[in-house]
Amino acid sequence: MSRPQSRIGIKLHQHVIEVKSKFEAEYRRFALKRNSHGGFQEFYHLLQSLHLIPGVEVLLGYADIHGDLLPINNDDNFHKAVSSANPLLRIIITKKEDEPEVFGTNSLQRRKKGLGLTGLRTATIGSTHSRHKPSLLIGQPQDFRQISSIIDVDILPESHRRVRLHKHGTHKPLGFYIRDGVSVRVTPQGVEKVPGVFISRLVRGGLAETTGLLGVNDEILEVNGIDVVGKSLDQVTDMMVANSHNLIVTVKPSNQRNNVTHRVTKSSGSVGSAGSSGSARDSPSPAAQSNPITASNSIAEGDSEDEEDDCDLIMENDSLLTHQVINSNLRDSHDLRPLPQSISLPNSMAASMISNHNGNSEESLREDGNIISL
Amino acid sequence: MMKFRFRRQGTDPQREKIKQELFAFNKTVEHGFPHQPSALAYDPKLQFMAIGTKSGAIKIYGAPGVEFTGLHKDTTAVTQIHFLSGQGRLLSLLDDNTIHLWELVGGNPKEVGGVRREGVVSLQEVNSYNLPGRPGIESCSATRVTVLLLLKSCDLLCIGTEGGGAYFLEVPRLSLKDNQTLLQDEISQSLPDEYRCGKALGPVESLQEHPQQAGKILIGYSRGLVVLWDLSTRHADQLFLGKQQLESLVWERSGNLFVSSHNDGGYSVWAVTSDQSCNPLPVSSTIPYGPFPCKAINKILWRTTQSGSPLLLYSGGMPRATYGDRHCLTIQQDKDHITLDFTSRVIDFFTVHSVEQEKEFDDPSALVVLLEEELVVIDLQTPGWPSLPTPYLAPLHSSAITCSCHISNVPPKLWERLINAGKAQQGRQHAHRVGGSLHEDGTVRFWDASGVALTPLYKLSTANVFHTDCDPSDSQDLNDDPDMQQEEEWPPFKKVGCFDPYSDDPRLGIQKISLCKYSNKLVVAGTAGQVIVFGLSDERSDHLLDVSVMDLLQDREGFTWKGHDRLDLRLKPPPFPPGFQPLVLVQCMPPASVTAVALHAEWNLIAFGTSHGFGLFDYHRRNAVLARCTLHPNDSLAMEGPLSRVKSLKKSLRQSFRRIRKSRVSGKKRAISTPTSKVQEANAALAEHEDVAPVQRRIEPRSADDSLSGVVRCLCFADTFLRDGTHHGPTLWAGTNSGSVYAYALEVPGAGSGRMCERGGVNEAGMCVEAVLGKEIQLMHRAPVVSISVLDGQGKPLPDPYEASQDLASAPDMTNAHSVLIASEEQLKVFSLPKVSAKTKFKLTAHEGCRVRKVALVIFSSATQEDYNEHTLVCLTNLGDMHLFNMPGLRPQVRYDCIRKEDISGIASCVFTKTGQGFYLVSPSEYERFSLSAKVITEPLCSVLLDRLLDCKPTNSSAVKKYKLHTSLPRLSEDRERTSGSTM
Repeated sequence: MSRPQSRIGIKLHQHVIEVKSKFEAEYRRFALKRNSHGGFQEFYHLLQSLHLIPGVEVLLGYADIHGDLLPINNDDNFHKAVSSANPLLRIIITKKEDEPEVFGTNSLQRRKKGLGLTGLRTATIGSTHSRHKPSLLIGQPQDFRQISSIIDVDILPESHRRVRLHKHGTHKPLGFYIRDGVSVRVTPQGVEKVPGVFISRLVRGGLAETTGLLGVNDEILEVNGIDVVGKSLDQVTDMMVANSHNLIVTVKPSNQRNNVTHRVTKSSGSVGSAGSSGSARDSPSPAAQSNPITASNSIAEGDSEDEEDDCDLIMENDSLLTHQVINSNLRDSHDLRPLPQSISLPNSMAASMISNHNGNSEESLREDGNIISL
Repeated sequence: MMKFRFRRQGTDPQREKIKQELFAFNKTVEHGFPHQPSALAYDPKLQFMAIGTKSGAIKIYGAPGVEFTGLHKDTTAVTQIHFLSGQGRLLSLLDDNTIHLWELVGGNPKEVGGVRREGVVSLQEVNSYNLPGRPGIESCSATRVTVLLLLKSCDLLCIGTEGGGAYFLEVPRLSLKDNQTLLQDEISQSLPDEYRCGKALGPVESLQEHPQQAGKILIGYSRGLVVLWDLSTRHADQLFLGKQQLESLVWERSGNLFVSSHNDGGYSVWAVTSDQSCNPLPVSSTIPYGPFPCKAINKILWRTTQSGSPLLLYSGGMPRATYGDRHCLTIQQDKDHITLDFTSRVIDFFTVHSVEQEKEFDDPSALVVLLEEELVVIDLQTPGWPSLPTPYLAPLHSSAITCSCHISNVPPKLWERLINAGKAQQGRQHAHRVGGSLHEDGTVRFWDASGVALTPLYKLSTANVFHTDCDPSDSQDLNDDPDMQQEEEWPPFKKVGCFDPYSDDPRLGIQKISLCKYSNKLVVAGTAGQVIVFGLSDERSDHLLDVSVMDLLQDREGFTWKGHDRLDLRLKPPPFPPGFQPLVLVQCMPPASVTAVALHAEWNLIAFGTSHGFGLFDYHRRNAVLARCTLHPNDSLAMEGPLSRVKSLKKSLRQSFRRIRKSRVSGKKRAISTPTSKVQEANAALAEHEDVAPVQRRIEPRSADDSLSGVVRCLCFADTFLRDGTHHGPTLWAGTNSGSVYAYALEVPGAGSGRMCERGGVNEAGMCVEAVLGKEIQLMHRAPVVSISVLDGQGKPLPDPYEASQDLASAPDMTNAHSVLIASEEQLKVFSLPKVSAKTKFKLTAHEGCRVRKVALVIFSSATQEDYNEHTLVCLTNLGDMHLFNMPGLRPQVRYDCIRKEDISGIASCVFTKTGQGFYLVSPSEYERFSLSAKVITEPLCSVLLDRLLDCKPTNSSAVKKYKLHTSLPRLSEDRERTSGSTM
């Protein structure tokens, strides 16, 4: 959500930015030239020397104009941080072992509240020993991860529903079963009975049940855009399993009363349906804020998800790639980039791996969460 | 909206034309022995043999390579086949009581893939007949056909029925001659009263035409009565009042005698004399295997010989109590008496003998016995009646086939040496070239797959290396069975045939094979984790076998192997005969079945994988290079071995708990409602019923701890760029069941740096092969990795070892970046090298809902353009269809339905050749050969020269073709395998 804001930042052109950095109880204030600052590494060393903490592994974060605490761990987000300063750039330095994962990109509202109250410290109301309870403060991403969405409402018949289930990173099972059945179709020749595939059971506590968007006896019409007509139960099963990382099923709900009617989003006038909130992460009312980036239609989104679910984990051996090791040692071994929302690496894994090619482009940024080198 | 993401490219007419020139799907020929044969016939004039099967197929075999196949519309068993001698026609009787007339029909020349093919003679059904039920007789079985007799003149078909009636059909029109019909009553009237005694004569058991006097037939009834019937006068010439239930009849050549066989295991010889019309007693009556009760003699043949005493051949008749379960056929002449003891049921048999009327004697030359699982031919002219090797119909399945592999373009040198080694094995089974089939009994058989008939070349047994429960030398030679010692003089059994379904030790079973055709190195890997490297030698040798044991668990703790032990070695192995001789044996620990094997003869390396990990072994320096465990820590199942019952135990426990819970619930209910046990039962039944829900499928992504995740599925060696984009070198790739790929950079002394080293020079004696893990790829979807192959800078697969260095193939492009194709069960994906990033992919499962079972990189040549070819990825799915993708773009090209999706063993057995053909097992004993290429097709194109005027099928042109009495050899369509193989 920070992208449009950064554009505004660019417009407010100034030559010098004011930096206020805080490490534990100490503050440092200094200035940076907006145009001649270096990369992230340089900035990192500068801060280490300013705070007299050379060799201490730290995490950098900055407050953007919404008061969001966002991480700085590569050139890209460093530049973003610099460009968004107006004019003050507030840097918060934390020791790495203190709070491993306080950053998140998804909690716009909640973080605003939390940060606003405590003056960018990550403490919530009444927390005296806040430091060691980061999960209470901002919350782990999974606490508010998007698990499902109804998409393409504007193009589907009202009796159909296209549901996307987000499986990434959760340990919840998808939790549903399918069966063969008979579907009744109305044709010009009259009512016709054709074989179909139906949801036969929802597992209690499973992802499918918790979304509330799928129900027993819903007929499955499409799996990730492929019509299931003429496919056997086993084929449909295989298709769903193959797409389980980003499963989009089009169903004809057995209970038609709860159907979504067309939303107001048409007023936004953008090409894609804003209702299909893929990249709008989990802001509660994505439809309302249609900006050109989030209003990417579901196709583009699907494709990018495609990339994500395909990104295979590639580990490389140090001894083969010695030149990279030096490079990566300098980097923080914690992966502080904003992970793509649908991917979360176990901590242990993240700690043992170092990003191989920290995003140089928007494209590779998406993949970063998955391509990891040892 | 979603759909257009997956929309295929629009069709480009030019591309479509190229596709047509490249790809064409044909099922061409079936190799091996017909599954479940049920009928046999022989045409002495055309020298055709026909076999009918239980599935309604008819196959005609002539000279090697001449084959015709016909399939009845209904899959009903063929019970009888009769040739219209010399006409290229045959009649078949099916189990559903229908009679069909088949004809060899000449076809018109046709265009296939732009190439003109000459007309092919094919077998086609032209007529059929169903004997109507007789009005007035309720039982439909009365007109059930029991026997057929086709008169020598080929114009009349006599039909014997269950009801005892004989009917006559005009051939080939298949019309009933009503006035000729002979019902039982007619015969009964002329019977003496004391014989008739009010009982029916029973079904017609046998019909035989008089060998000398046309128009006279013998009719044998089940009860024992035999009638010599004159067709023209419609009068019974003679009656033979047999008392014993009749099984079969046969004439002596002169027509003065006939022999009847009976269900008590005896046979009788009857004299045909014209002076008496009623003959109560046979000339002689014998029960050869008496005096204890014997089984019936199903069929008997009586052949006269020039040398004097007639030759008597009959099946069955064994003493019921002692040998009633044997499948036997007896050959008897004077004092010579042999009981052929087969391993499967005798279906039918015939003799090849002189049929010309002028000859005085039958003088049989050979006996052909069709058994359920094989065809045995006995030489009747050589004393001792030895068996002859057959040129085709070799039982592929003499031991269950576990795996097969195809090697094309075999260098003539290797070919020759294999044939020589095979010849040295004469007397036993011998095996041949391009196809290799692996068997459960630990043998590797080489078959010549270059022609229509799959002929055995050479057989390699791995059993002699190991010590098994029975002495391996016995298991090797099927002719001296341990049973032999127990057997007494009588009956004089002789084991014949090579079908041996029982493996001595299942651990001997062979799972994987890899052959380097240039260095003649062969790697064979088996069920007990044994990996043997063989070298070809023309001399007998008694060298010692090098043995190594490799622990693939790598000190993983918490695992115990509960499967079989590894095989013990023989302390003193016999000298190795010429042929492939074992050089090195590596035994994996735990001794789980080998699931993948790779050989790189140029680097002297073998790689092998089991369900626990994989190993790399340098067989030149005899040292283990690498062992890597692929087990997932949660994977306990892999350790249980193949005999594990853990899963089922878990399941049954769960079920029984469920049942207990259910019964408790119903118990409570009982307390409230009527406390009768019946209600409880009903409740329990209801509860049980709920359990049986309609078929459901759980939708869950594959997780890391699925069982058997560590199984190594594929291994591959490649000279490519793994470290960086400038230095290439030897690499080893391994893929597992859980979507992991391991890539190792190998340090092979001499290799990679100019490829100077061939067999390891002296100066490198101290150097060892080293392996360093380069990359580990975890496919996100975790589907099993089916295949890995490295593509060169042009996107072509790398050549085989030695191919490039010996200028047998164009050298791979090492200047442009290489890529690796990783095919998992769900996706096909090409990654760039050395930085492994996805280039192209095709998500097959997501699109089609099918899973990849087999893939192969195949080169397709254009049928019209001489030098145009394309590398194509052929992919067989679990639905039995073939998907073809271009390389490296992975764009779908064509799709063909190939194997029924229910035919799991067929799909699992499929192998591809490098030029677009393939084989799969249609039955345990038959390979179906298919072709995906429009150019490379191996199929029988046979022509038959007949003396009949061929009525062309009405659909064909009216041109009448004249054939001469001759069977020609098959003409193979252009078979590149063969031609290029012989030029090398």
